[in-house]
Amino acid sequence: MDKVLMKGNEAIGAAAIKAGCKHFFGYPITPQNELPEFMSRELPKIDGVFVQAESEVAAINMIYGAAGTGARVMTSSSSPGIALKQEGISYLAGAELPCVIVNISRGGPGLGGIQPSQADYYQSTRGGGNGDYRHLVYAPATLQEAVDLTIEAFDIADYYRNPVIVLGDGMIGQMMEPVEFKEPKKRDLPDKDWTTTGTKRNRKPNIINSLALDPAELEKHNIKLDKKYKTIEEKEVRHEMYKMDNAEVVLVAYGTTSRIVKNAIDALEEEGISVGLIRPITLWPFPYKAFAEIPNTCKALLSVEMSMGQMIDDVKIANEGKLPVHFYGRSGGMIPTPEAIMEKVKEIWGGAK
Amino acid sequence: MATEKIIMAGFGGQGVMSMGQLLTYAGMIENKQVSWLPSYGPEMRGGTANCAVIVSDSPVGSPIITGDATAAIVMNLPSLIKFEENLKPEGKLVINSSLIEKKAERKDINAYYVPANEIANELGNSKVANMVMLGAYLELTKIVPIETVIDALKKVFGPSKQDLVPLNKEALERGANCVK
Repeated sequence: MDKVLMKGNEAIGAAAIKAGCKHFFGYPITPQNELPEFMSRELPKIDGVFVQAESEVAAINMIYGAAGTGARVMTSSSSPGIALKQEGISYLAGAELPCVIVNISRGGPGLGGIQPSQADYYQSTRGGGNGDYRHLVYAPATLQEAVDLTIEAFDIADYYRNPVIVLGDGMIGQMMEPVEFKEPKKRDLPDKDWTTTGTKRNRKPNIINSLALDPAELEKHNIKLDKKYKTIEEKEVRHEMYKMDNAEVVLVAYGTTSRIVKNAIDALEEEGISVGLIRPITLWPFPYKAFAEIPNTCKALLSVEMSMGQMIDDVKIANEGKLPVHFYGRSGGMIPTPEAIMEKVKEIWGGAK
Repeated sequence: MATEKIIMAGFGGQGVMSMGQLLTYAGMIENKQVSWLPSYGPEMRGGTANCAVIVSDSPVGSPIITGDATAAIVMNLPSLIKFEENLKPEGKLVINSSLIEKKAERKDINAYYVPANEIANELGNSKVANMVMLGAYLELTKIVPIETVIDALKKVFGPSKQDLVPLNKEALERGANCVK
């Protein structure tokens, strides 16, 4: 199929429709507005439903209801709006409802700003809702990857009966790149025999609920969920390695930051400094095992983020105390430059000799 | 051509965003790797607007252009003041001399002066000043042929506005003639 030039927000919307998403519930917030706008235009054409809810809280609960029918559903927002959805995400995870939630994040805390940021790493990977729950987090670095992962997200959500987050930032949402909408690969998905679409007096009613007052029952449910999360950790983790051979410093970065980091790595290579990159594509599950493949030429790790340092916690867990772990980040909507990253690497490289 | 990194800037309404999208689109048609990144913010009518376009033979890394722009197309004075420093040495600075009296300050870059609004007005439509600027830039770099930009334009305009294609083509050519 031909490539088309699209804005990130619209490309994610088009990918969702390609994946069979028919219903969207959301509330406007910059820098993700083109996504609901796109859905409001396109979903009615395919007999789908677009609802601009009265709030983010309402939207996520509409997702809960619509997901209960087994339909493919999506909501999107940006950082403070996703914060408002956290209660609903916990309920969705508890009730095991599949859905895709897109966060085109911006600077925080609070209302923050509208420029790109990665300060929602904790929110995405640890969750802001209550209880023992997890959800997969995809962090695309290019628009093509955003398209591919959004399509994948719907299958993963259905397969595991779990919410899936696609985490971009303002840059992914606003920029344009050529994208191609490939036919999604066919996955064997279980029948949705749990939906609340009417018994037609042929079966016992299905119940979708996250309330369980009997502690023994609730523990059983938690153990079942945990087993599912362990399977996801085992099977769905994804990452990319870049120029790892003989790397003396290994950088860890995701999303748009990883693109800037690659520029820095290429420029450092020209200066004769070997630097590699581990790019997590899933933030949860985090690619801990990838760190076992770090070459023994490596003297130090550097986590580069558009935050004050959040992913660095996972880098430290993955590192198991073996190498010094450094951090470089910008926040509030400021974007790191390749030059500043290069300088930081040289500082570490000089010190690590 | 290795990688062209172009900053396009002006005030809202001068068509800098669409000029950038058009070049990006044309680059895609030519099978180049491309990206378009707009500035976005709480902008007001008449405020400044800019976008960063990358056209390359290899995959685009960071879509942001910091101090390494190979070219800047500036449509108004604040844009000249803001973006002249982002050019790398030998970079091309295309200045809309209809609205900017100031000259480029740096000596290590190449400045070109294009009276874009005057030319656009001669053509009978002030809105094509952006195409005059783009035409000049294309002549200087040859990263994509003008014909490809026209192809892109036809797709962007859609069937209802094909009558605007000849005017835009002429604007591109007049811009190119300015720097020949």
